[in-house]
Amino acid sequence: MFGIGVVPGWLSRAVYAQETPGTRKKVLVAIFQRGAVDGLNVVIPHGEQAYYALRPSIAIPRPNGSGTGAIDLDGYFGLHPALASLKPLWTARQLAIVEAVGSPDPTRSHFDAQDYMESGTPGIRTTSVGWLNRALCAEPDASPVRAVSLTPDLPLSLRGPNAAVAVGSIGDFQIRDTHAASAFEAMYGSSPDRVMNGTARETFEAMRVMQSIEHMPDAPKDVSYPKGRLGQSLRQIARMIKADVGLEVAFTDVGGWDTHVNETGPEPHTGQLANLLRDLGDSLAALSRDLGDRMEDVTVVTMSEFGRTAKENGNRGTDHGHANVMFVLGGNVRGRHIFGHWPGLEREQLYEGRDLNVTTDFRTVLSELVGKQTGNREIARVFPGFRPQPPLGILV
Amino acid sequence: MVVAKAFGSVLGFFLCGALLSAGPLKTGKLKPGANPPNYAAFNRPLSEEDQLRHALDRLTFGPRPGDLERLDQMGLKRWLDEQLHPEKIAENSLLIEKLSPLTSLNLAPPQTYALYESEKSAGQKGPNPAARDLIDAKILRAIYSNRQFAELLDDFWFNHFNVFLNKGADRYFLAVYERDTIRPHLFGKFYDLLLATAESPAMLFYLDNWQSAGPDLAVRAPNNKRARRGLNENYGRELLELHTLGVNGGYMQKDVIEVARCFTGWTIRQPGKGGEFFYSDRLHDKGAKVVLGHVIPAGGGMKDGLEVLEILAHHPATAHHISLELAQRFVADDPPPSLVNRMSETFLKSGGDLRKVLQTMLKSPEFWSEGAYQAKVKTPFEMVVSAVRAANANVDSANALAGQIQKLGEPLYRKIEPTGYSSANTEWINSASLLDRMNFALALAQNRVKGVHVDTGSWESQRDPLQVARSILGALPGAQTEAAIEQQGGAPNMVAGLTLGSPEFQRR
Repeated sequence: MFGIGVVPGWLSRAVYAQETPGTRKKVLVAIFQRGAVDGLNVVIPHGEQAYYALRPSIAIPRPNGSGTGAIDLDGYFGLHPALASLKPLWTARQLAIVEAVGSPDPTRSHFDAQDYMESGTPGIRTTSVGWLNRALCAEPDASPVRAVSLTPDLPLSLRGPNAAVAVGSIGDFQIRDTHAASAFEAMYGSSPDRVMNGTARETFEAMRVMQSIEHMPDAPKDVSYPKGRLGQSLRQIARMIKADVGLEVAFTDVGGWDTHVNETGPEPHTGQLANLLRDLGDSLAALSRDLGDRMEDVTVVTMSEFGRTAKENGNRGTDHGHANVMFVLGGNVRGRHIFGHWPGLEREQLYEGRDLNVTTDFRTVLSELVGKQTGNREIARVFPGFRPQPPLGILV
Repeated sequence: MVVAKAFGSVLGFFLCGALLSAGPLKTGKLKPGANPPNYAAFNRPLSEEDQLRHALDRLTFGPRPGDLERLDQMGLKRWLDEQLHPEKIAENSLLIEKLSPLTSLNLAPPQTYALYESEKSAGQKGPNPAARDLIDAKILRAIYSNRQFAELLDDFWFNHFNVFLNKGADRYFLAVYERDTIRPHLFGKFYDLLLATAESPAMLFYLDNWQSAGPDLAVRAPNNKRARRGLNENYGRELLELHTLGVNGGYMQKDVIEVARCFTGWTIRQPGKGGEFFYSDRLHDKGAKVVLGHVIPAGGGMKDGLEVLEILAHHPATAHHISLELAQRFVADDPPPSLVNRMSETFLKSGGDLRKVLQTMLKSPEFWSEGAYQAKVKTPFEMVVSAVRAANANVDSANALAGQIQKLGEPLYRKIEPTGYSSANTEWINSASLLDRMNFALALAQNRVKGVHVDTGSWESQRDPLQVARSILGALPGAQTEAAIEQQGGAPNMVAGLTLGSPEFQRR
């Protein structure tokens, strides 16, 4: 359709924007915390006595006015102090929290549980299509960048019949020599190798779009994204959103959450988990500041394959558990509210006597977000085998 | 076009004339109905010419110019035997020369620790020389070693028994882990390899087993007054799920705990300074255990863990799991059950003799079949190395290549998860990496990769761009690639770049 590098910005915007002028695309951003984040130390149930009994070394202290204790949210729960950047979002009602959410499948294998969460079909190992791909409505002239993953490879969440591209960075997503680019496009585009052919077509189309936005302004000067991969991924996503190229769903992931040993430093509010959370909080806050009013259309959700044991282990860490916590951020979020049903941490309330119990299926949360953001309300198709539950009312 | 056709027939004559060797490898036929119908392609044998190409594509890191002719001269049977007995192959002196400056590879872990400390106190930022040497050496070995199959197996088993370089003290242990734990056992008994990993400080640290202790122990951890030692399940779980039985191998959560109990006491003396393995009875859970139905009586000490390894190393589920993984890496992502079953049988009958299992695979009709031919997509490591080999490039520094491999999604030694890197096609073909492969291909052919030099003379001497493509691919490209190359015209090194970035070159 277009020559490479010759897409007028206005044209791409016009092609992919909705018919009604002034209507912009809604966006759903999913962030996967790989390794099973310790949700009980992310949103601390400081009102629960059992929490302190179960975690003599690693419990985050009750809110104490200093930077070492939980940041109070509602008198019972608090944020890990490293998530201080998120407190203003909570106060501004842009941040909601879902507690005790997870998968009905009991597996404690990272890889199985991640696959189950990404495929959206817990317990079924053969699903090769992801929930985020199925979330998209079939559209005849869809933008080639409607589904983007800021990861080196396309995650299971985004695999499937709808075109999705994995992008490392907008600037790198091209072949600068235009003759070579044409030759490659020709050889791949008609290659009998179906695997290569399909991926290549999507790639070259997406490449044209990326080239058209490469020269558009980046984040405003007063917005500083953390330098790590998460921060930079969110920055790229923000650029794509602001450029109105038809982005509908975006995905990125963060690893390192598997804190079996030395989850905290000698002081519970320091150490591995604290560092990871600081990066997460600062990245999310930067995204929100960068997007400004545009946050009205954007919903960000965090998820992790399962939580961790209620009780600390012998190595100042935690082992694989069950239920976890999810964050939902956005301008249309019923923020400053903790959703879900908190089952408690007394022994008889724990799953198998060791883990936080799941009281909300993760698909209940995601169905609601998908319905509002991509407009796809055929939940039975997005989450096959899932009996839809009433939405929690996280989005306005 | 006439010129091309003339070349084609001359080429054909040349190849037919050249195939004077012992004839195609005879591998027998599969019984009808040995596999479900969708595996039919594994019943169709390869031509002699394709067998040669297949051997180089699959059992080396990719052919260099002249490799096809050399293999044809030597004969496939003899070549395979050599690759299965690498001690019979004299190592490439060029490799030895290029590895000699990488002195940190010869250090013992305490010395590696000292190296890290001295870098830190000197305020050095950036990757430590020990890490750089480790990564560069792996790339150089893959490019230059004459013992190619052994290098592929090193990569396979390292991924199978993955350890993450950047987890704390693993930085100090990794060179020794690969050199002394993995590499000596590539063609030996699986039990020996398994035991070596179980006792390695690298694995014990990575999967936290060194800190695991009996539940009734109230040992004070050195730095933290309030900590209690306790059982850590991490190694027990991955030993069953990833290293031996496999996720469907028939174990329960309870077995994970019991196995973990058996391995309490398998620890490291001063890991923070690169210390050694030692067994600590004080940390050991002395009670009786039941693992997969086997009763392990109380008071067994270190023998508990040894018995678990014995059970696992000879278990049918392990035989199947290992055979399947080998077939997935070397045959096809979905290998025919007939092959996996025969390899598994060999594994069990031979007590886990890995050379024998590999021989079963390499003598099989399934390996030398159309179903296996060009069936695998190259991983980033394989793509970059095979491109350097196909271009016959000289590598002074592998550093830029390491960066390239990382960019394509496979940072060497830095897979965080114990699964290691997958070799499945779907893992590696996606938009970002496809563009990056094309960009790398162009850069390499145009001599824009730092530390790597391509002598473009042999490409420039070809009159026909298709011969440049053929010299890189070992065969003429498919019609679409051929058309794109011919239409592009341009300098030989541009043709080479397009070939290295072509769909054909991404497969092996």
